[in-house]
Order: sequence, then C-alpha cells, then structure tokens
Amino acid sequence: MKEKVAVAKVCMLAGKIMLECGAETYRVEDTMNRIAAAFGLHDAQSYATPTGINFSMDSSEATHFRRISHRATDLHKIAEVNSISRRITAGELTVYEANLLLNNVSEAKLAFPYWLQIIAAAFVSGSFTIMFGGSWPDFLPSFIAGGLGFAAMLGAEKIVEIRFIAEFFASLIIGLASILFITQGVGVDLDKIIIGAVMPLVPGLHITNAVRDLMAGHLVAGLSKGAEAILTSFAIGAGVAVVLAFV
Amino acid sequence: MIDLAQLITSFVAAAGFGVLFNAPRDRLLQCGLVGMFGWILYYILVAEGLDVVPATIFGAMLVAVLSQLCAKLYKTPVIIFNVSGIIPLVPGGIAYDAMRNFVENDYFTAVQLSAKVMLLAGGIAIGLMFSEVVKQVMTKAGSALKD
Repeated sequence: MKEKVAVAKVCMLAGKIMLECGAETYRVEDTMNRIAAAFGLHDAQSYATPTGINFSMDSSEATHFRRISHRATDLHKIAEVNSISRRITAGELTVYEANLLLNNVSEAKLAFPYWLQIIAAAFVSGSFTIMFGGSWPDFLPSFIAGGLGFAAMLGAEKIVEIRFIAEFFASLIIGLASILFITQGVGVDLDKIIIGAVMPLVPGLHITNAVRDLMAGHLVAGLSKGAEAILTSFAIGAGVAVVLAFV
Repeated sequence: MIDLAQLITSFVAAAGFGVLFNAPRDRLLQCGLVGMFGWILYYILVAEGLDVVPATIFGAMLVAVLSQLCAKLYKTPVIIFNVSGIIPLVPGGIAYDAMRNFVENDYFTAVQLSAKVMLLAGGIAIGLMFSEVVKQVMTKAGSALKD
C-alpha cells in the first residue's frame, strides 16, 4: 500500500514538473501513465490541464490532485524528466530513486543566466529584422530595442504579479526605443525594427502546444493554451499600438 | 540563389529562441539548424512565386520531419526541436501589421491581415500534423511487419 502511494507521488511530481515547464498536456499524461504502468499500476488514470493534474491509481481508488499555479518555459527540465521516465520504464530505477531524481530536477535551476537570455533576445531581434526584409542599418536599432524590451519584461515579471502586464510593458518600451532611434536617424524602417524587436516576446511555444494538444484530442488544454497565446499577442500588440497612436 | 544573410540570421534566430526557452545546451546547434532549414525552404518557395500559406505549410512540414528525426536520434522529446524551429515561420510580422492597421482605424486592411494570420497559423498546424501522421503510420507499419 505504501509502495502504491509512493508511485502516485512520483507520477504527480513528474507531471507537475513537466506542466510547469510548458510541456504539452498529452505528453504529461502519457509520461504519468507510462511511469505508473512501469511500477505495476496498469489501470492508472491521469488528467492534466495547464492549471492542474488529477491522478488515480485505479478507477476505484482515491484521486490525487495538484494545482499548477506557475508556468514557464524550460525545455531542459522537460528533457530531464523524459530521460528519467525512460529509465523507469526500462526498469532501471526503484520508486524511491525515481522520487529522489525527480526532486533534484524540480529543485534545480537550469535556466540560462539573465544576461545571456537578454543577449540572445537581442540577437533574435536583429536577425528577425533582416529575415523580414529589413536592411542592415536596421539591425543595430532592432538589436538594442529587442534586448531592452526583453530585459524590461524580465524586470516587470519580478515586480508585477499580473500576467500580460509584463508583455505590455516590454512592447511599450520597444515601441518607444524604436521611435527614438528613427527620430535620431539610426535605422531606416520603423515597422521592420519593431517587428524584429517584439519577436522574442511572441508566444510561439504556446501556439504550437495549443495546436498539438488540440490535435491529440485534449480540447480543454488546447483551447486554454490558445487563449493564453491570443491574450499575450494582444498585450504585445496593445503596447506597440499605444506608442504608434501618439506618433 | 540563397541569401547568405538569410541562412545566418535564421540560424541565429532559432538558436537564440533555444536559449530563451532554455533548451538543453548541447542541443542548441540542432535547434538552430532545424529552424534554418524550415525558414530557407519557405524563403525559396516564396521567392519562386508560391503563396505564403502553402509555403508556410511546406516549411512547417520540413521542420516537423527534421524535429522527429532529431528526437529519434538524440532520444529527447520532439518539442525541444520543433518549438524553436517553428518560430521563424510564426506570422509575427503580419500580426503586427494587422494590429497597426487597427490602431490607424483602417479596419478593412486589418481584418484582411488578421484572416491571413489565422490561415498561416493553421498552415503551421497542418505542417506539424503531417509529420505526426507520418510517424504514426511508420510505427504502425513497423509493428505490422514485425508480426
């Protein structure tokens, strides 16, 4: 009996980490069921949405529930949980070892340092300006505006706990910076600079996940992720729009 | 002729997104390459005069197939490769144009552009779905052959 509870704990922990890191819900459910089956629970039921997980060891057993309140994107942790689950299904790990390993992943800080993320965002911005048909003089303004915008988003996320405000604030900064560059004579095409600079904020992961979840038949998860993506793009658009309205 | 600048910038953009999404460090190169190939296919097709929607579908298909290959090869979830690979195809530019036209009270153009954004997002979805279909057919065929 104690063993069974430990298995449920391992499954919930794996599911929680994956959801918090932005995995598709069908993958989360699949992973939980595989782990449960590997530990001998062949009729385990799992139901994951972006905001919570339900897990039953058997149709007639009590259901475990876990709320997911914070979601971010961390592909590294998803890969780690995936490799642990592979080892479990291969029979290499006991329940307790798996629990320990998953706990380590959950506690670990695997993210790139902030300065590196900001530099990456700046390079992404500059590159997109060129890809969308901008000219090389637009590269530098977009590079700087994109970096500033991403830094502003990271900062705003720390201060304000409301979602979408950070994106709004970041795109506001991007719009202001781009207009400043154009009026100072740095850069040629305002539109191309802004498009490139907002790209690091675009919720690409949510869009692809929403589509993949819908295709896998997870309608609730797909729609809610889609709504999140639309709201985020709206926040980005609104931030730029506010600036453009005063030009 | 493929523009060298397009090759480099699309690689940097996809790999940069890999950093933002915190992809495993030893997979960043593959993320960048997947994104680069998808974007270059799209770019060539559009340059050859194909409409952007079918071009996006083919680009997304290539991204999805390459991601499945990488996922098999490195035994990592497919999401790691296709998320950053698909990013260059996301219609951010048109979405921005649509928003800008809304602000400027030009609703005709804005609604047209929004419809295009939806079509392009659907195109990406079709491309991703295609590779899933191929993968499932292959696994089914593989297990049928074994039996």
